[in-house]
Order: sequence, then C-alpha cells, then structure tokens
Amino acid sequence: MTKHMLLAATALTLTLGAAQAETLRWARSGDALTLDPHAQNEGPTLALMHQMMEPLVLRNPAGELEAALATDWSVSPDNPDVWTFTLREGVKFHDGADFTAEDVVFSINRALTENSDMKGIISSVASVEATGDHEVQITTKGPNPLLPAALPNILMIDKDWAEANDTVDVQDVEGGEETFASQNVNGTGPYQLVSREADVKTEMTVFDGYWGADGFAMGYSDIVYTPIQNPSTRMAALFSGEVDFIQDVPVQDLQRIESDPNLKIVSSPQNRVIFFGLNVGDTLVNGEGENPLADPAVREAMNMAINRDAIQQVVMRGQSIPAGVIMPPFVNGWNEELNTVPEGGVEAAKAKLEEAGWGDGFTVQLDCPNDRYINDEAICQAAVGMMAQIGVTVNLNAQPKAQHFPLVNGLESDFYMLGWGVPSYDSEYIFNFLYHTKEDLYGTWNGTRYSNPELDEMIKAIAAEVDLDKRDAMIAEMWEMAKSDTVYLPIHHQVLNWAMKSGVGAAVDADDQVKVKYFTAE
Amino acid sequence: MSDHQAEIETRRTPGRLARAWDSDLAYSFRHAPVAMVSAAVVLILVLSALLAPWIAPYDPFDPGSLNLMNGFTPPGQPNAFTQETFVLGTDDQGRDVFSTILFGMRISLFVGFSAVLLAMVIGVVLGLLAGYLGGWVESVIMRVADIQLTFPAILVAMLIFGIAKGITPPAYRDQMAIWVLILAIGLSDWVQFARVVRGATLVEKSRDYVQAARLVGRRPFSIMIRHILPNVLNPVLVIATISLALAIIAEATLSFLGVGAPPTKPSLGTLIRIGQGFMFSGEWWILLFPALTLLALALSINLLGDWLRDALNPRLR
Amino acid sequence: MLAYIIRRVAQSILVLLVTGFVAFSMFSFVGDPVENMLGQERTQADVDRLREQLGLDQPFVVQYGKFLQQAAQGNFGLSYRQGRPVSDILAERLPATLELAAVSGLLALMGGIGFGIFTAIRRRGVGANVIMTLSLVGVSLPTFLIGILLIYVFSVELGWLPSFGRGDVVEIGGWTTGFLTASGLKALVLPAITLGLYQMTLIMRLVRTEMLEVLRMDYIRFARARGLRERAINFRHALKNTLVPVITITGLQLGSIIAFAIITETVFQWPGVGLLFINAIQFVDIPVMAAYLMMISVMFVGINLIVDLLYFAIDPRLRIDGKAGGH
Repeated sequence: MTKHMLLAATALTLTLGAAQAETLRWARSGDALTLDPHAQNEGPTLALMHQMMEPLVLRNPAGELEAALATDWSVSPDNPDVWTFTLREGVKFHDGADFTAEDVVFSINRALTENSDMKGIISSVASVEATGDHEVQITTKGPNPLLPAALPNILMIDKDWAEANDTVDVQDVEGGEETFASQNVNGTGPYQLVSREADVKTEMTVFDGYWGADGFAMGYSDIVYTPIQNPSTRMAALFSGEVDFIQDVPVQDLQRIESDPNLKIVSSPQNRVIFFGLNVGDTLVNGEGENPLADPAVREAMNMAINRDAIQQVVMRGQSIPAGVIMPPFVNGWNEELNTVPEGGVEAAKAKLEEAGWGDGFTVQLDCPNDRYINDEAICQAAVGMMAQIGVTVNLNAQPKAQHFPLVNGLESDFYMLGWGVPSYDSEYIFNFLYHTKEDLYGTWNGTRYSNPELDEMIKAIAAEVDLDKRDAMIAEMWEMAKSDTVYLPIHHQVLNWAMKSGVGAAVDADDQVKVKYFTAE
Repeated sequence: MSDHQAEIETRRTPGRLARAWDSDLAYSFRHAPVAMVSAAVVLILVLSALLAPWIAPYDPFDPGSLNLMNGFTPPGQPNAFTQETFVLGTDDQGRDVFSTILFGMRISLFVGFSAVLLAMVIGVVLGLLAGYLGGWVESVIMRVADIQLTFPAILVAMLIFGIAKGITPPAYRDQMAIWVLILAIGLSDWVQFARVVRGATLVEKSRDYVQAARLVGRRPFSIMIRHILPNVLNPVLVIATISLALAIIAEATLSFLGVGAPPTKPSLGTLIRIGQGFMFSGEWWILLFPALTLLALALSINLLGDWLRDALNPRLR
Repeated sequence: MLAYIIRRVAQSILVLLVTGFVAFSMFSFVGDPVENMLGQERTQADVDRLREQLGLDQPFVVQYGKFLQQAAQGNFGLSYRQGRPVSDILAERLPATLELAAVSGLLALMGGIGFGIFTAIRRRGVGANVIMTLSLVGVSLPTFLIGILLIYVFSVELGWLPSFGRGDVVEIGGWTTGFLTASGLKALVLPAITLGLYQMTLIMRLVRTEMLEVLRMDYIRFARARGLRERAINFRHALKNTLVPVITITGLQLGSIIAFAIITETVFQWPGVGLLFINAIQFVDIPVMAAYLMMISVMFVGINLIVDLLYFAIDPRLRIDGKAGGH
C-alpha cells in the first residue's frame, strides 16, 4: 500500500518534468485583445502571445536580436533585396506538427493581408517563398538593411492547423464571424494555452516539446495571467500576495514595494519618449488671430519653460529620464548631445517670448490623454503651471485616449501630448511617422502641420541606403535639422518598472514585453 | 363671502401656517442634539467654502502661482527643497491641501445645490402636471421617467459632456465641466421628485378643498400652485436634503469614472479620486483630508435629512 | 384589460426604441474606436477602410437602423475589442453580476429589515441612534473609496479576503457560479458589502418609518391595550404591514443595484457586465455598449411593466380607466 502510494507520487513528479511545479501569477492593467497573432499590434496582446508563439527573430530582454525560429539570416551578396533565413530544425507546434518553411510562408503572407494589423511593420516585404524544408527567401521592395529588426513581432502559426480550423484569414470584426484563431493557439512557444476567459483569466502550462526547454531559464511551469484595471486594486493584490508579478506599477508605490522584504522592483529605461506636439501652421484650431506657435522662437521659449527636472523629481518620482530629443535612448541615431535638455529657465524663456513679440503672452489649449502614459494628466497639469509662469495661459483638456488621439490625427489640436515607442530601434521610424509631411503613407502621426521638403527627401533616401555608415551620417544631419525647428517639446523617456515577489527572477525588457521563458523562480 | 371675511382669511392663513411650521420644527430641532450638531457642521463648512478666497492661504486655481517642487510636502513639515510649510501638506502638484479643499468644497457645494435645484424644479413641475392632468400627459412624463431611470448617471454625464464639448469654445471648457456635472446629476435625479409629487398630487386632487376650488372655477394652473404645491412640499424638502448629499457623492463617483471636474480646478470628488492613488505610497494626507471633509459634509446633511424626515412626517407626531 | 396590456406593452417598446436612439446619438462623443483597433503603424487608408467597414462613416441614425435590424434577428454583432459575438460575451458575464447583485440585495434586505425594526422599536435608545448614524457613514463616502478602503483593511492589512476577481467558479450548464467554492464565497464578501451598503441604509430607513407609523395605528394600540406581548405585536402585526412597500421598493431597486455595480466591479475587478461596460467605453466598443444599454433598458422596463400590470390586477379603479382609454 505504502509502496504503491510512493510509486504514484514518483510518477507524478516525473510527469511534471524538469521544470518544477512553479506557477507565476501575473497581472497588469489590461487584457490581450485577441490570440490571433496578426490581428492586433498592441502591447499587452503581443506580450501574452509571446509566451505561446514565436517569431523568426526575437528581441531578447537586453534589446538584442536573437535567433528564435530562424537560426541564421543573411542578405544575398548579389541582390540587396533578397534575404535568406535558415530555420531551426526539430521544432514542434503544440499539437505535435513539425515547423517547416511552409508555415513561415503562410504566416508572413497572413501578416501581410489587408485585415492584418502587422502589415505596416513589414510593408517592405514584397514576397516570401520556401526554398527548402527549412529555408525561406524574403524579397523586399528595394533594399532594406533593417528587415530582421522588423520581424520580432511577426509570430508563426501552423499552416495545416489554420486551414483545418478555417482560420486562414486574419480576424475581421466586420466580417461578423469570430475566428478560431482569436480564441485558440497553436504556436511553437514555450507555453501552451490551457484556458482563457477574456478579461478574467488566461492559464498556460509549459510545452513539453519546446525546442528551447534546456536553453532558457524556464523557471515556471505554469502561468496564470489576470488583468486588474484599477491601480490601487492591482497594488493590493501584490501586497496581499495574491499575485506574484505585476506590470504597470504606479510610480508612487515603488517605495513601499522596495521597503517590503518580500517584494522587489526591476526597472529599465523604456522604449518610449513622451513629448508635446505644437501646431506650426498659420492658424490656431482653438483660437483667433495669428498663431504664435508658428514662430520658432515662441516654440523655443516654451521648450525652455518646461522644468524637466521638477517633472522628473516630483511627478515621476525619479522614474524618468529628462529628454532633449524625441527619441528613446538605444535607438540608432541617439547620442548624449542630442538629448541635451534646453537651458534657460523661466527668465530666459520670458525674454525670448518678449523678443518674439509675444511678451504679453497668449492663450492656447493643451490636449492631453488621461489613461495612456504614466501620470499623463499630472504631467500636463504641471506644464500648465510652467507655461503660466512665462505668461502663456494654457487651458487643459484632459480626456480618455479614445477621444484624444483623433484630435492629433485629425489636425484638431494646437498643443498635444504624445508618446512614441520605436519597435525597429531606428531613427527612420521616428522621422517617417512624426516629421515627414502628413501624407497617406508618411507622417501619419504628424499632428503639427510641419512640412520640410528637404527633410522629407532625406527620409525617403535613408530608407534605401544600404551603406550603414553613410546612412548614420544622414540620420545625424536630419536630427540637427529637426531639432533646430523645435516642432516637438520633448519631456522625458519613461522608465519601466516591474514589481514582483523577491523570488521571481524577471528579466525586464525595454518594450514592456514579458517573456517568461527567461524568468527564474526561487 | 364678504370682502372683509376674505381679507381675514388671506391674512390669517399664511401667518398660522408659518407659525405652526416654525414652532413644530423648532421644537423638534431643539430636542434633537444630533440635528443641532449636524446643522452647525454644515453651516461651518458652507461658510468656509463661501469665504474660501479670503480664508485660504493660497489660490490653488492659479497655475502660475504653483511651484511643482512643493509637491508631496507632509502636513506641518517644511518641504525638502523649498523649505515652505503647509498646515495640511501639499498634493502631487504642489498645491496647498487646505486651500484646495476649501476651493474644492465650493465647487462640490455649488454643483450639489445647483443639481438638486434643477432636479427639484423639473421633478416638481412634471410631477404636478402628471398627477393633476393625468391622461396622455401623465403617460408621456412617466415613460420619460422610465427612460431616465434606464440610463446610469455616468452615461447621461458622458452624453452631455460630449455634446457640450462640441459646442463650447475652448476658453470656456473649464467652466463648462461644472455646468455639465450639474446638468448630468440634476437630470438623473429628477425622477424621484416627480414620482413623489405625482403621488401626493393624486391624493390631494381628490380632497374636498381641491374639488371645491375646481367648482369655484379656479384654473388648473392656479390650483396646482396655490393649493396642491404647498401640501407636497414636505416630502420634497426631505428628498431635496438627502439628494444634496447624494449629488455631492455622485460628483465624486463621476470623477472616478473620468467625467468630473477638471484637474486644474478640482472638486472634493476629484481630490479624492487623485488622493486614492496615494493610498499605499505613504502620502496619506492627500486622500485623508479631502475624504474627511466630504464625510463630514455628506454625513451632516444626511443626518439633517433623517431628522427632517421624522420631524415633517405628520403621522409620526 | 387586453387593451390596457397592449397599450402598456406598446409604450414599453417605444421606451426601448427611444433609449436605443439616445444611446446611438452619443456613441460618437465617446471617442473613435478605430484609434484603438489599429496599431501605431496604420495609414490613413487603413483608418478610412476600417471606418467604412464598420459603417462608422454613416450618420448615427443609419447605424442605429442597422443595429435594430440585426438585433431583431438576435444578432448584436461582434465586439470591436474582443472580436467575439456580443451575445456570447454578455451571457458569459451576466452570471457574475447577477450573483453579486443577488447577494448584495439579500444582504441589504436582511440587514435593512433587521436594523430597521430595531431602530423603530428602540426609537430613542442609544443603540438605535448609533446604528442610524453609522449606517449613514457608509453612504456619505463615494462607493469607489469604500471599496478601496475595504480592500486595504481586509486584503492588504489583515489578509482575510481576496482583493479582486471571483475566485474559483464552477460551471453548470453555461452558468458560472461562485457559490460552490470556498474561494468563490470569500470573493463575494467585500464587493457585496460595497454594493449593498447604500441599499441597506435605504431599506433600513424605510422599514423604520413604516414601522413607526404602523405602531401608532389604532389596531396596534388596541392590541397593546388587550395585553398582547410586545414581541407578538411587533412581529406579528406591525412587521407584516410594513413588508409590502419594502418588498416593492427592493424589487424596483434591483435595477439600480445592477447599474451601480459598474463602480463596484471596476474596483474589485469583478468580471461582470458592469466592468465589461466600462471597458467598452474606454475602447469605444459600440456593439457592446449598445447591447448592454438595451439589456439594462429591457430589465428596467420589464420590471416597471410587471409592477404596473400587478397593480392593474389588484386595483379595480385602474381597470375602469383602462377600459375608458381603450375606447
């Protein structure tokens, strides 16, 4: 009898495998919107999917590109438009099917379809074909030296599985039918889906056939993911020990977490810069008469009036890095000098404004989100005070992001807050979206009316420049141009904080993208 | 009826009414210590809110006068950077908590009083009309009341907010938020006034004196105002008192849902919404003082309402 | 009778239609769903295409017409946020809200009646006055703050009760219940108190006033004069007569409990329809907002209709009115 029980117990431990039966209870403010890997290009959605699916090339917590489903990649010496990717062998999907070149062709083509939200990231891809069981060739529209950097969020799914379950097309909300892939997963990732109730709970367990089972920390055998929206409740859940690991930690609570012997914080500069955009056009949207913001000197004065140190110390509790340029650190093109914060302070700013003929001040409306960035509303409030000190009266219009962003994109704001992350880790991405004249494919997030033909031309030129040194020189020149026009008023780079029980060994990642396979458990 | 007699009637009736009211209420009040204390608290709070510009040491609504570096100063201790001291400390923007509470209470009280007044006027008028006229007027009014009940106040607020935002010039949007709150809370609260007044009107309508007035040929409007209205005022007063406390709380709740007073001109509710974010961080004063003020205000008004309900209930005398 | 019922039902349908109309007219003010549905890299062409696909480029009257047409066939469309049928999502979320509402309603009813009787019988006692005052503290602070304070005390400091969610639930024929597990029951405590506090105060005051009035009635005085025991008078005679209005009011309050659940569910991350609705507002998930509002309307209008029809059955005077109106 006793022997029998002992045997049963041994069998149980054996089935659990090498990884110990540790469960990571993970919470953040919002849930993933879908499990369809190509339907939503959104942070929490991608973060959850990265546990279960993988790209060809992964960005690891250190921010470097790492071989995932592709072991090797190179551009053809004869034709800069053609890339060859060698695929990892012996990789299995969760349902046991083999991962082959066919699946890559299928997944990338799926990500390029009209309903895919990922097509913008890989818009440079012209075609993809299988050149062997474990080799694919990707042809780009013109040379693209940064193709691998565009791939870390393009996740691979099984072609046969998608066809068998009638989920070849990306989820299309208007189509009226829910797609199989939005609720089910068959990836190659380290964890497989156990159950999911949207907005409530998602459970995952380790995938026995994972190719990297021995290569990564893999400290946890199970993951329970719960969204907790209200910040105080989320903190309460951590303090009371109901969850082990949380994202979206309010900056004011860091001190208490640090003083708790059972908890700890892991932080890293985030891939997101926060700034104000200014309407540099001829007329104000909200207001009469001449647009003071059209004058670069006025913009410079406003730039000087922002006390970034005070915002960092008080509003952000030290959890930010004052910014002099709207580019996160570690993006290609960044340097300390560019990031120099404008000097001067209130008196100099006032003098500058006086000189520009606006010594009596003016009134402008600041549009600000109140549910998007860390302490967004409080930063805007602080800015209202700082502008008041140089005689600029600011009316604050703080509202939810769903109402804020249409103002920016519809050119309906004179003065707005925006945050920007650079998934490609290259300056081109910033210039493309924020500095180029607003057109159909370029300048889509440029809400300033700024239009500089010379800069526009260079933006198109660097996209095709294969000589990386030459390209970097061009980027440096472009930043000089952009900075001297002061279209944007940089505020700071966000700092990312993850809070967890002291036993959790988490590798924080600048994109706020959790990858539990790198986590250790104590 | 001779002219002389009529004169005596008109002179005597209101006098007697007023006396009866006064003496009964006053008697009851004198024998209700809870009511007396509550009234004193309400009086003090309302007065200090009214006199805020003169009492408050700072003007928290003037953004130019704020120094962000004063942020998070604990009560009564000098700030680490600026060495300034504040009685109840400062909030995350460096605003003096004491001054901000006084100014915030002004906004809360203004919103509360105006919203209740609005709800009362709409509710009493519609209730009288529905109860007295009956027929399709009653049907329409009571169905509109059904629709109104369907919409949670937050939705009414968001609807009005959106429309108002579309039509007000930007320079006035700060003030607009306050009026939107009044409109939203007022519009979501009139139904109970209307229901009570309608019920009371139905009862009064069948009374002899109203029938008599009808026979004499008084017009419906005049009967409603002169005869029915004074007789339904007691329940209206009780509802109004409790609604005032509710309206002040409702404003705080709307603020939590993101449709409250603007952060640059915070109400008590907005202060509590901001303060609850500092629950775990050790800056207790940002939440505690506004919350205590709101509690004192709403509790006192509610206690007064309780007392008034008993005192004005003729069946409990 | 039939004419009255038909007229009353027709009025209710009209109310529903107007509710929907008002709802659709305000959706455009909540924000633009397209901003949330497309990633950072979207182009203007993507925005226009999606807007056209969703019919957002149409005037709201057209959108409403389309919604009605589909709703008549039982199709509420797909949620913009989750990409799943709205009717499925609502069906999944409704049990959580109904269980919470039922428990807090029960709590309010029992607490309200118990304290109401006590405070009426001991009208001038110290205990009664303390209860009267304390119960007001609960309604003199906003619900969200009470919820957060309860979490702070009972979850963080004492560690007795969970701070969020429903605990473990058991699924029985499409209905998820938290009543059958220990963690499910524990998870109910704090949200139910937060939600039920206001209703309890209300019911307590109602019971107290009704009791006080009834206790002064002649037949009670007569019973007392006859030498009946106090307890018998209080419970057998007085309480019986106060319960009818109390139960009517409680029934009518059920709808407002569900509406108020929006706040409680947000604070406690309670996965019910209220939280769903708040998420829908943030994301501008129009199909979910529309379906939720219609559901709430049907509930309110339904309760009203039932109450009216019951009165009609009870009160003969209305019957005559109804006939007159029918002709």
